[in-house]
Amino acid sequence: MPTPPKSRDVRDALVGVGRAVRLVLLLALALVFLIPFYLLVRNGLSSEADLTSPGWTFFPGELHWSNVSELFDDPNVPMAHALLNSSLIAVLTTVGTLLPASLAGYGLARIPYAYANVVFYWILGTLMVPAAVTFVPSFVLVSSLGWVSTLRGLVVPTLFSAVAAFIFRQYFLGFPRELEDAARVDGLGYWRTYWRVVVPNSRPVFAAVGTIVFIGAWNSFLWPLVIGQDRDAWTVQVALSTFTTAQTVNLHELFVAAAVSIVPLLVVFLVLQRYIVAGVERTGIDD
Amino acid sequence: MRGAFVRRLLGPQNRHLWFWVFVGPFVLGLTLFTYVPLAWSVYLSFFDAHNTVSPTDFVGFDNYTAMLGDDAFTGSLVTFLVFTAFIVPATYALSLALALMVNRLRWAQAFFRSVFFLPVACSYVVAALIWKMSIFNGVRFGLANTVLDWFGADQIAWLSTTDPPWYWLVIVTVRLWLQAGFYMVLFLAGLQRISPRLYEAAAVDGARPGWQVFRHITFPQLRATSVAVVLLLVINAFQAFDEFYNLLSDSRGYPPYARPPLVYLYYTALGQGQNLGLGSAGAVILALIIAVVTVVQARWFGLGRKED
Repeated sequence: MPTPPKSRDVRDALVGVGRAVRLVLLLALALVFLIPFYLLVRNGLSSEADLTSPGWTFFPGELHWSNVSELFDDPNVPMAHALLNSSLIAVLTTVGTLLPASLAGYGLARIPYAYANVVFYWILGTLMVPAAVTFVPSFVLVSSLGWVSTLRGLVVPTLFSAVAAFIFRQYFLGFPRELEDAARVDGLGYWRTYWRVVVPNSRPVFAAVGTIVFIGAWNSFLWPLVIGQDRDAWTVQVALSTFTTAQTVNLHELFVAAAVSIVPLLVVFLVLQRYIVAGVERTGIDD
Repeated sequence: MRGAFVRRLLGPQNRHLWFWVFVGPFVLGLTLFTYVPLAWSVYLSFFDAHNTVSPTDFVGFDNYTAMLGDDAFTGSLVTFLVFTAFIVPATYALSLALALMVNRLRWAQAFFRSVFFLPVACSYVVAALIWKMSIFNGVRFGLANTVLDWFGADQIAWLSTTDPPWYWLVIVTVRLWLQAGFYMVLFLAGLQRISPRLYEAAAVDGARPGWQVFRHITFPQLRATSVAVVLLLVINAFQAFDEFYNLLSDSRGYPPYARPPLVYLYYTALGQGQNLGLGSAGAVILALIIAVVTVVQARWFGLGRKED
């Protein structure tokens, strides 16, 4: 149904009001989205008495930075060791995922082979069954290899990501052939062309997939919970979870531990955000 | 003779060899750590396998009938359905709304996008900790109860109240907060791919900016993104474990309500008794369900149909 034409002034005013309403709504939502981070810092730097007092304070009168040293001095909370485990796992997982997946992606995209399609569907087949559902089968394998509570057991089974290989294949299919042809003319084979020409010109895609894998590895919970059973093998997430669900620990200490645990990620996140956004777009959209 | 065979195996310019140098390590790893465990589990699921991975007591389909006859298992599937009914529409609507609003900003776009995207960096464990210990703490110093107190309302024991089931509010909002920014980024990418010409044409035809343009241009153009988002949301909801486990289990164990499939499987296969045969049967059933759901959903939405 046609609407009666409005005068330009009225329409401009309406657009202006709409824009203002949208901005106010966005600001309110942004505030709500930041509340959990605010609580993490507020609770982590409060004294236990301030934190558990029924009278709400928006910020403790005094910021207890000593909570951080208290956390690392507490022999009952193996936070330093858990941070070390998580860092090792996240770095090894990132490198260990990128290397085989990118090579496979390149091979599938560029090296002609009669059975390449069969191999491709063999890889895609694993996408039908999400990794989380197979934690029982994977546990069976890892425990029969004697890898429970080892770094190997925590890292190796998670390295072969069909999604990553798929993203690399799609990317290399669109890689400019002229660059490779120039290398071939210079007498380089597949291997040296890949390392000298293709990889140096593909840094953004490596950064995008790498940051997504790193975040996933740092935040991963179910697999480390199943495999990292000994206290020595705890990751940050498993340690935090143990103190949230089973053993009790002082609340301020729990919150300062949680705050410390997300610092490395926030740094990665803020520095590499454009790669992460690019990575998310690749992960979600390719079909 | 032998030379000719090797040459054929290697292919022209050793291409077959190079293909396997590149693809081989990945395929080997994937086979070893995905297909082998799956096959092993299918095997285990036909045995009585308590605390062992090399059982001898063949039981046929007993594990499957036990699993499907177990009210706790079918109950976990119902929990998944309830959870999906909440989380999928809520995340879809919120992330689409955020994307639409952020996309039209002339300034501070990067700021708002970062704020909404930031929770993606937070783990489910940390988020569950904040939700459980600070926001929805059942005692007086919890944020939600403090706010209720300001309005003179009664305190609520959020996670242990089953009538009404307040725990659903806690569970759904954690995931909503954590993943809305992720899907917002997907929608923003989708919005950016819509040709400005369509909007110009609509303006020429007299479509009112706002609802009419959204309904006839933006929403239909986002179809491919919407399909991908809903598919991801359902698959991820099916795998929900972290927030349920961290919000609800305590030193006494896990309460009898709100057990999604993976939590059920975790306690069956790895809890006391380590019934790996039963756990494997459960994993096989869940894997089949998710495979069927994926295929049906893809068919239903016509995924892969070439359009646009």
